[in-house]
Amino acid sequence: MAAIRITPGRTIVWLLLLLGGIAMLTPLLFMFSTSLKDSADVYDLRLIPAAPTLDNYAKVLSDGRFLRWLANSFGIATLVTISNVFFDSLVGYTLAKYRFRGRYVVFLAILSTLMIPTEMLVIPWYVMARNFGWLDTYWGIMFPGMMTAFGTFLMKQFFETIPDDFLEAARVDGLNEFAIFWRVAMPLVTPALSALAIFTFLGNWTAFIWPLIVTTSKELYTLPVGLSSFAVEQAIQWELIMTGAALATLPTLAVFLVLQRYIVRGVVLAGLKG
Amino acid sequence: MNASSSRVEAGTGARFAFSLRQKQVVWAWTFLAVPILFYALIRFYPTAEAFYLSVTNWNLLSKPDFIGLSNFERLFADPVFWKVFRNTVLYLAIGTPVSLLLSFTIAYHLDHVRFMHGFIRALYFLPFLTTAAAMAWVWRWFYQPVPIGFFNDVLVGFGLSQQPFLRSTTQALPSVLAPAIWAGLGFQVVIFLAGLRAIPATYYEAARIDGVSDLTILRRITLPLLKPTIIFLVVFSSIGFLRIFDQVYNMTSGDPGGPLNATKPLVLMIYQTAFSSFQMGYAAAQTVVLFIVLLAVSLLQLRLLRDR
Repeated sequence: MAAIRITPGRTIVWLLLLLGGIAMLTPLLFMFSTSLKDSADVYDLRLIPAAPTLDNYAKVLSDGRFLRWLANSFGIATLVTISNVFFDSLVGYTLAKYRFRGRYVVFLAILSTLMIPTEMLVIPWYVMARNFGWLDTYWGIMFPGMMTAFGTFLMKQFFETIPDDFLEAARVDGLNEFAIFWRVAMPLVTPALSALAIFTFLGNWTAFIWPLIVTTSKELYTLPVGLSSFAVEQAIQWELIMTGAALATLPTLAVFLVLQRYIVRGVVLAGLKG
Repeated sequence: MNASSSRVEAGTGARFAFSLRQKQVVWAWTFLAVPILFYALIRFYPTAEAFYLSVTNWNLLSKPDFIGLSNFERLFADPVFWKVFRNTVLYLAIGTPVSLLLSFTIAYHLDHVRFMHGFIRALYFLPFLTTAAAMAWVWRWFYQPVPIGFFNDVLVGFGLSQQPFLRSTTQALPSVLAPAIWAGLGFQVVIFLAGLRAIPATYYEAARIDGVSDLTILRRITLPLLKPTIIFLVVFSSIGFLRIFDQVYNMTSGDPGGPLNATKPLVLMIYQTAFSSFQMGYAAAQTVVLFIVLLAVSLLQLRLLRDR
C-alpha cells in the first residue's frame, strides 16, 4: 500500500468528514446526555450534564414495563431470527442444490412475494389473526415474519457457490440429506448466515407498524410500540422520553461496538447479494 | 445363466440409481413442505384477499359487501387522498436524491481516507442501528420551540428567528423526512464504499498515467462502474421513503399526519382507515394503490437507470 501524502486539501476533506460524522451523532449524544439530567436541567443544552444522575433510569425502569418490553422485543427478534436462519437456509439450499421438476416455479413464486409491500398484507393478517385468536399474542406478532423471500434468495446465492463434490462426498459417506444440509452445507456459509441473522434481528427489533396493530395489552408491546405509548403518556417530560429512547437504542449500539466488523460486513453482504 | 445374472445386476443397478434420484426429489419436497404452506397461507392468500377486500365494503362485523370499484372512486374523489399522494411523492422526490447525493459524497471522499477510516465510517453508520420510533421522539424534541428544542436554541443563539418546524404546514414534511434520511445514510455509505472498493485499482492507475483529471475519472470510470450499486440504492431507498410511517406516526402523535395533513403519507392513511375507523375494504383499496405506486416507481427507475 503506497503511503498517501498529507496535503492541505486532504486534511480539510478529512476534517470535514470527521465533523460530519460527529454531527451525525448529535441526536444520540443529546439523547444520552438528557437522559442523565435532572428535570430542572433539561433546558440546559450543555452536552455534559452539570450533575449527572441515573434517577431517570430508575424512574423509567421502576414499574417494570420497560424491562418487559425489552424482554418481549429480545425474545421475539431472537425467535424470528432463528426461524429465518433455519427455514430461509433450508429453502435456499433446496432450490440451489436439488434438481427436480417445479424447482423454478417454487423459486419464482417465493421471489414474487418481494413485490408485495408489508402494508398491503397487514389487513389480511389482522383478519387472520382475529379469526385464529392470534390478536394480542406473541405468536401474532411473530407469524408474518417467520420466513422471508429476501433471506431465501440471499442463502440460495451462497449455497450455489458450494461445489457439489462436497455434498456428493458426504452422500457417499452415508449421511442422510438433512445431515448433509445441516452438518456439511450450513457450516460453509456462516458469513451469509450471520448477515441474515443480523438483518433479521435488527428488522424485528425496530419493527413498528405490525406490532402496533396486533397488540393491545401493554404487557405484550414490543419496545418501539411501548416507547411510543410511554412517550405520549409523558407528554412534556422530555428527560424521561429520552431515557426511554436511550434504553431502546443502547442494546443495538452496544452490540455494534463489540461486533462492528461483522455487522458492517453482514449489512454489505445482505445489501449487495440480497 | 451368466447372461441372465448380469442382466439382473444391471437391472438392480438401474433401479438403485433411479431410486437415489427419486429419494432426493422426495427429500427436496419434504424440505419445501412447511415453507410452501407458509408462503401460501401468509403471503399468497393474504395478497389475494387484499385485492378482494379492495372491491368490498366491510367494517369487520358484517360480511364483506361487493361494491365494485366504488372504493377507488371514493378515494380518487377525496381531496385528502390527493394531499396524501402528494406528500408520499414528496418524501420520495426529496428523500432519495438528497440521501444518495449525501451518501455518495461521503463515501467517495471516505474511500480515499486511510487515517481513522473505520472510526469515521462507524460514526456515519451508527444511526442506521437505531429504532425509528425512538429517534422520532429525539428529533421531535429537537424541533420544539425555545427553550426546549435544540435547533431553535441554536438558531436563536446565532441571532436568527425561531422556526415552527413540525407546527408549520410547509416545514413539517421536511422535518419528518430528516430523521429518515439521517438514519438511512449510514447504510448507503457502507454500500457505496463496498461498490467503490470493487472497482479495480488498475483502471484508476491507467487513467492517472494518461493524465486524466479527477473529475473525468469520476464521471467516466467511477460512476459508470458503480451503476449496479446506484440502481440498487435508488430502488431500495425509494421504496423505503414511499413506505415511511414510523417517523410520521411518532412525530405527529398529537395530530396524526401533521397540521392540515401536511405530513401524512399513504401508509398512515391506510393505518387510520383500517385501524381507527375500521373501514377494511376502503383501506384495502388504499393498499392496492400503494402496491401499484411502488411497482410503477421501481419499474420506471429500473428502466431509466438501465438504459442510460
